Amino acid sequence: MAGMHAAPRAEDRSLSGRLVRAAFIAISLAFLTIILVVPVVSVIGYAFSQGARFYFDALRTPDAVAAIKLTLLTAAIVVPLNTIFGIAAAWLIAKFDFRGKQLLVTIIDLPFSISPVIAGLVFVLLFGAQGWMGPWLQERNISIVFAFPGIVLATLLVTFPYVARELIPIMQMQGREPEEAAVSLGAGGWTTFVRVTLPSIRWALLYGIILCNARAMGEFGAVAVVSGHIRGSTTTMPLHVEILYNEYDLTGAFAVASLLMLLALVTMGAKTMIELYGSHRRRSAATLAAQTLGREP
Amino acid sequence: MIGGSAVAALKPGRWVQPTVLPGFGLTLGTTGAFLAAVVLIPLAALVLKGASLPFDEFWRIATEPRALASYRLTFGASLLAASLNAVFGFIIAWTLVRYSFPGRRFIDAIIDLPFALPTAVSGIALATVFAPQGWLGRLLAPLGIQVAYSWLGIVVALTLIGLPFVVRSVQPALAELDATLEEAAESLGASRWMIFRSVILPAVSPALATGFALALARGIGEYGSVIFIAGNLPMRTEITPLLIVIKLEQFDYLGAAALGLVMLIVSFVMLLVINAMQGWRARRAGGRG
Repeated sequence: MAGMHAAPRAEDRSLSGRLVRAAFIAISLAFLTIILVVPVVSVIGYAFSQGARFYFDALRTPDAVAAIKLTLLTAAIVVPLNTIFGIAAAWLIAKFDFRGKQLLVTIIDLPFSISPVIAGLVFVLLFGAQGWMGPWLQERNISIVFAFPGIVLATLLVTFPYVARELIPIMQMQGREPEEAAVSLGAGGWTTFVRVTLPSIRWALLYGIILCNARAMGEFGAVAVVSGHIRGSTTTMPLHVEILYNEYDLTGAFAVASLLMLLALVTMGAKTMIELYGSHRRRSAATLAAQTLGREP
Repeated sequence: MIGGSAVAALKPGRWVQPTVLPGFGLTLGTTGAFLAAVVLIPLAALVLKGASLPFDEFWRIATEPRALASYRLTFGASLLAASLNAVFGFIIAWTLVRYSFPGRRFIDAIIDLPFALPTAVSGIALATVFAPQGWLGRLLAPLGIQVAYSWLGIVVALTLIGLPFVVRSVQPALAELDATLEEAAESLGASRWMIFRSVILPAVSPALATGFALALARGIGEYGSVIFIAGNLPMRTEITPLLIVIKLEQFDYLGAAALGLVMLIVSFVMLLVINAMQGWRARRAGGRG
């Protein structure tokens, strides 16, 4: 998706060329500063506005600790499940030809284009008190909505395509010949996957997992709808940020927000590392080829 | 972009091409089970709930004044933000592709930050920075511009989250541009503006349009980064996703389902448009290469 751009071509050295260049750089920097850099830096500024003691105390409150634990636990369930799904879907789509494949790809992408609020709403309509399965669940005393399972389901839905999305193009690029050779030499399916496929997709897989994890830990809208906002029990870190902010505890809100921002920065750092090591050339080749070939036969 | 179809090569009456590779049943079963449990059944619950309303009742909820005001705001602000991103995103992409300057790699890296930044974080950061006492709001207040708690704030939030879509769509298209075409135009005496209008813009417009549509689609559904800065006044600064949340909080499931169905249809249409655009772009690229 990014970072694979060649060094700029030779520049225009005329006066007007240099003026245009200066204007473009100035506009870019000004726009990014206002819209991106100042808000991001402000998170740190506001988080530490009452000193480091206050900052660390805000992160140590029982509600904050509970929110951090809930967020980690949710990601620990969601990310492995979506990884299994992503690998299965990518193998299916890249290694076989079957009718309805294009439709399947479109459906896998669907969670990217629906609003997070819709992703939460569907589970309320399915499992909530007035939902399709509400009465049945109530008889058995099972709560899904406004409880942990609902948070997991909503997070699963919004992060659904992340791993599959990274794996499908690269596995399609690599074709079937390596696996076909392994199988015809007598390797089993599992051996073929672990010894032949996995080494060539590991960077894309890692990248997908990291993106999936970042979204799983940072999701707000979908989780807000299904969580019920029960303090210390069904509030993830982003929801805890919202609660503190609405209670005018700005320093506390920004302290927790700074942890989430750290997660975003680590994610982007990991992405840059992955692009530098291993997959850089392959990823860009895959992207270019996918753009050039397109989907038309 | 993905899913090359060799279906044309399938024999009639057969729906899967035979191959020596194992795992078709296993991966089809796993993929199908996950899709059904996580995506299809939940979305069906929404469609069926919406469809369980008599049509005139559905229409009444979907077109009540408060809902109409929220559509206007959501769509208008997303359109404005996507347009801002089309202009500034293009300038940034151009700057990153064409010029080398100190910090270029750093700028290139932070473009993706809005993708990775949780929306609650960007939400409270923008709301605080643009509040009348905030770092930037303080500078704008004497000019009589209030960004926070107004529709302007919504546009700012949607611009932030939409930016990477435009830059990352346009960047590769600009990088792939054939330099000889520009040189030829220049040697034939074309001005800088003419080269831009007749050589560069036509070549990158499919990518620009795709980025614009992606940013628009993302903006229409956005919730987290908007609600903190929006003010959330009914009829004035209340976006549609928030109206759905409010209806849910009032246990008005049918009302929420009706509005949710409207939004789902809109996102589905956007998805089809974006797919068509990517096809257009792929054909362009294919025709050139």
